[in-house]
Amino acid sequence: MGLLSKKDSKLILDPLADNNPITIQVLGICSALAITAQLKPSVVMAISVVFVLGVGNVVISLMRNIIPSKIRIIVQLIVVATLVIIVDQVLKAFAYELSKELSVFIGLIITNCIIMGRFEAFALGNGPWRSFLDGIGNAAGYGVILIIVGFFRELLGSGTLFGFKVLGDPVEKSGLYAIGYENNGFMVLPPMALIVVGLIIWVQRSRNKELIEEN
Amino acid sequence: MGLKQKLHTLKEKYKGKKMAPAFNALHTFLYLPNETTHSGSHVRAADDLKRTMNTVIMALLPCLVFGIYNAGYQHYLATGEIEAAAGFFSGEFWSFQNFAMGAWTVLPLVIVSYGVGLAVEFLFAVIKGHEVEEGYLVTGMLVPLIVPVDIPLWMLAVAVIFGVVIGKEVFGGTGMNILNPALTIRAFLFFAYPTWMSGDKVWVHGAVERAKEIAAGSNADAISGETILGSYAQNQDVLYSLQDMFLGFIPGSVGETSKLLIIFGALFLIFTKVGSWRIIFSTLIGALAMGLIFNGVVEMGWINEGSKFYGLMTVPFWQHLIIGSILFGAVYMATDPVTASQTNKGKWIYGFLIGFISILIRVFNPAYPEGVFLAILLMNVFAPTIDHYVLQGNIKRRMKRLKVKTA
Repeated sequence: MGLLSKKDSKLILDPLADNNPITIQVLGICSALAITAQLKPSVVMAISVVFVLGVGNVVISLMRNIIPSKIRIIVQLIVVATLVIIVDQVLKAFAYELSKELSVFIGLIITNCIIMGRFEAFALGNGPWRSFLDGIGNAAGYGVILIIVGFFRELLGSGTLFGFKVLGDPVEKSGLYAIGYENNGFMVLPPMALIVVGLIIWVQRSRNKELIEEN
Repeated sequence: MGLKQKLHTLKEKYKGKKMAPAFNALHTFLYLPNETTHSGSHVRAADDLKRTMNTVIMALLPCLVFGIYNAGYQHYLATGEIEAAAGFFSGEFWSFQNFAMGAWTVLPLVIVSYGVGLAVEFLFAVIKGHEVEEGYLVTGMLVPLIVPVDIPLWMLAVAVIFGVVIGKEVFGGTGMNILNPALTIRAFLFFAYPTWMSGDKVWVHGAVERAKEIAAGSNADAISGETILGSYAQNQDVLYSLQDMFLGFIPGSVGETSKLLIIFGALFLIFTKVGSWRIIFSTLIGALAMGLIFNGVVEMGWINEGSKFYGLMTVPFWQHLIIGSILFGAVYMATDPVTASQTNKGKWIYGFLIGFISILIRVFNPAYPEGVFLAILLMNVFAPTIDHYVLQGNIKRRMKRLKVKTA
């Protein structure tokens, strides 16, 4: 990558795979289970978190030398809350249906462990540019898993992708449904999200044996 | 050279190579194993694991045979081609026609269950390079017995793959699983394809087809076969006599209808010491206790007739044992030595809670007409915790005794 130095590009690429916030650090699981029944909310959630974490990391990084360490958690919370409210208002203004669907979970980005974790672990000790890359990278790593889970859950659970009936119409019995295929209702239920995340972790660790923890 | 010898030479030839476990698997599956079990949390005895499994399969065979006849019987009874059977040895029931129809519908379930399940086991044995485990022998027989006859085969295949991989292999294979694999398969089917696992159409072969024909404009009579629990849950009248329920001439999952044969299977398992009588009896006691509580609630007048739970609450407590699959669950599922509690005291607690919770779900959740499989899966998860506290309690008591002596 010409644009970024090797060290900088590592900040973006690492969280996408070998240090993924969901599958390796096991953070941010709750929202990954709650909103991934459909692909669209998964994508919107991913974009929202990329925005909040990217901007938030820069803001915290710019203020890192003037934040008194005793109240830094409160400052972090104010920053992330502000950003989340912006996201929430934008969604309500331009995608009202979707914001209804995501309901409380946009607000709950505030409590997403990944965000506070990156503020604490990275933005407080690094410059704005590197913090920005780190924020984008981690949020993208989170988003990638969300989108993979959302893809499988919507395709197998509802037979659609982004609401398009890719497998045929279950009511009119066209496409796959004509030969007796049926949607898997289990995929729509939250426990299946946990199992899909588990399967992703399984695949990832069997491809890269270094990731397997010793116990 | 016999097949056994041939397999043996093949096995020797491929020793240490990638396909070795597959040949070894076939060899072990068809003939006596070379080694007996020496690891995993099984009961250790002179018998090897396969002997234990075969005993369970022998106890299950009467249920399978009855299930085959019953599948045909329910079909012809629903279409009105035969009269209701009078007694257990009634010719209306044990006819060749019933057997042929039943075999046509039930044997594919058995074949798919074993074929897919063993394929997954072989695959894992080859990938992980270990010996194949016989664990699937019993699961493969249990699965066709706990599903409706008309379940589409591809659904069963998907569920078997899910159950064996997620229920067993991810935990390390036979002897390491937390959940009963057969019940994991049923739970998957139940939540994934609820329309094929409940209602009044799936329990009788041909009913779904007939409903489709009628929807398409045919003027044939609809076939339906509501299970007894289904009728109770909707506060409808139950059309079957107690004798029918006990002998098993009722619609239901393939193998669980005949309480008489399950009791024979239970005696066989207890006699051969393969199944734990503590678990079987405590499960039944738990179910009776919960049934008594509900009867008491009705007796005290704490619930009015308009309540949707009223129908099931008024069922006499002992009848809970002969409707639904509590007996089948208690005898063949709860006693699985891998997933049950290991300590004797723990077995009593484990079984009691299974029975207790089964009836609780059965009565209070009309969406799940039968709660036995959920109760057993739940208690599977808690079995190690129960054992832990039983052991700790024992240690504490002995420590106290030690202190008294030394003081």
